[in-house]
Amino acid sequence: MKNENLYNYILGIADNSLILGQRMGELCGHGPNLETDIACTNISLDLFGQVRSYFQYAAKIAGDERSEDDIAMLRKEREYKNVLLVEQPNTNFAYTLGRQFLFDVYHLAFLKELQKSTDLTLSAIANKCVKEVSYHERFSSDWIKRLGDGTEESNAKMQEAINDLWTYTDELFHQTNADKAMLAEGIGVDVTKLKEDYYNRVNAVLEVATLNTPESKWFQKGGKEGIHTEHLGYLLSDLQYMQRTYPNMEW
Amino acid sequence: MTTTEQNIDKKLIAILEQVSDPEIPVLSIMDMGVVRSAIISDGVVQVEITPTYSGCPAMDVIGDDIKKALLDAGYKSQVELILYPAWTTDWITPRGRQALEKYGIAAPLEAQADKDVLLHGKRMVKCTNCGSQNTRLVSQFGSTACKAQFQCDDCQEPFDYFKCLK
Repeated sequence: MKNENLYNYILGIADNSLILGQRMGELCGHGPNLETDIACTNISLDLFGQVRSYFQYAAKIAGDERSEDDIAMLRKEREYKNVLLVEQPNTNFAYTLGRQFLFDVYHLAFLKELQKSTDLTLSAIANKCVKEVSYHERFSSDWIKRLGDGTEESNAKMQEAINDLWTYTDELFHQTNADKAMLAEGIGVDVTKLKEDYYNRVNAVLEVATLNTPESKWFQKGGKEGIHTEHLGYLLSDLQYMQRTYPNMEW
Repeated sequence: MTTTEQNIDKKLIAILEQVSDPEIPVLSIMDMGVVRSAIISDGVVQVEITPTYSGCPAMDVIGDDIKKALLDAGYKSQVELILYPAWTTDWITPRGRQALEKYGIAAPLEAQADKDVLLHGKRMVKCTNCGSQNTRLVSQFGSTACKAQFQCDDCQEPFDYFKCLK
C-alpha cells in the first residue's frame, strides 16, 4: 500500500468510534429508562455514522478489493487499533457513562484539532463529527454530575467506575508510529498536547460531581498496538457474527 | 463560516421538491437544505447531498428517492454524498421551519438559546401544540439523533425539538 501510515492513522481514529459505538449499541432495549436508552443508541448511531465516513476513506486509500465492510468486520482482534478504554464492558450504568465521559472529553478535543488537518477529507469528517460529539460530551458530563452528586449509592458506584476506568485514560495520549508520521505531514493531531486540557476538564466535572480524582499513577496501555483486554474478543464475536456466518453478506 | 452556496439547476427544483425526508414526510429535502448541488451534465443529473448527522439512516433512502423522482421526470442521475461544508440547521428554509412546527417538531433556536434550553433548563422552546413556552427538556436525544425531547407543562403535550447544529 502506498500510504500505509495514513491508512493506519484513519483506522486508529475509526476503531475507537466503532468499538464504543458497539458498546453503546448493546444497550438498545436495555437502557435504565426509555429516554436514556434512546440517547445511548443515538450516540451509538452517530459513532457508526462517523465510522462509515472513515472506513470509506480508508478503503479508498487501500485501493484494493477491501470495502468499508471488510475493514469493519473482517479484521482479527490484534488488528484493531482502538484504545483499551472504549472496549471496557457495560458493567453497570456508572461504567457505561464513565467510559463515555472519559472518552468524550478526549474525542471532542481531538476532533477540534483534526479540523485543522491538511487532509481535506479528514478535516471535513472532523468538521461534521465535532458538532455531534459536543452533544455526547454534554450528555455524559451531565450524567457524571447527576450520579456523582446524587444519592450515597449513586455516588459510590460512580466513584468506583471512575476509579476502575482511570487506568485506561493515559493511553489516549500515546503516540503511535502512524501518529508521528501523520503529525510530521500536517495531517495528524499531536495527542500529547491534548493531555493537560483533558485532565483539567475531567477534573472540573468530577469536582462538580463531588467525586474524587483517582490518585493512581499506574496506567494500562496496548490497545493502539493491537494488544487488547480480554473484553474485545467477546465484543468482536458479537460484532462480526453476521459477516463470519454469511460471508460477503450485504444489506 | 463555510460556504453555503447551493448550485441547483432551476429546471430541477420542482422535481427535487417532491422528495421528502422519510423521517419527516412533511419536509422536502430542498427545504431541509440537504441538496447542495444538482446540475445536468451530458444528459445526466449530478446531485450532491449532505447528511444532517453522520449516522443519519435516511440518507440512503433519500438518495434512492432522488434517483426515482428524476427518472420519473426523464432524467438519469448520479447522487453523491458530500461531507463538506457540514450541514447546519441554518440551511432549513423558513418554509421548512413552518412545516416542522406544523408537524409537531419545534424548530431550532439560535445557538445561544439552544444551549440555554439544553444545558441550563431555560424554558424557551415553544410548545408545538399550544404555543406556551412553559416547556422543559425531557431528554437531550429524542426519536432521532437530530432531535431532543421536550414536554409542555401547560398542556402536558410531549414533543420533539430540532436541535441547533452549527
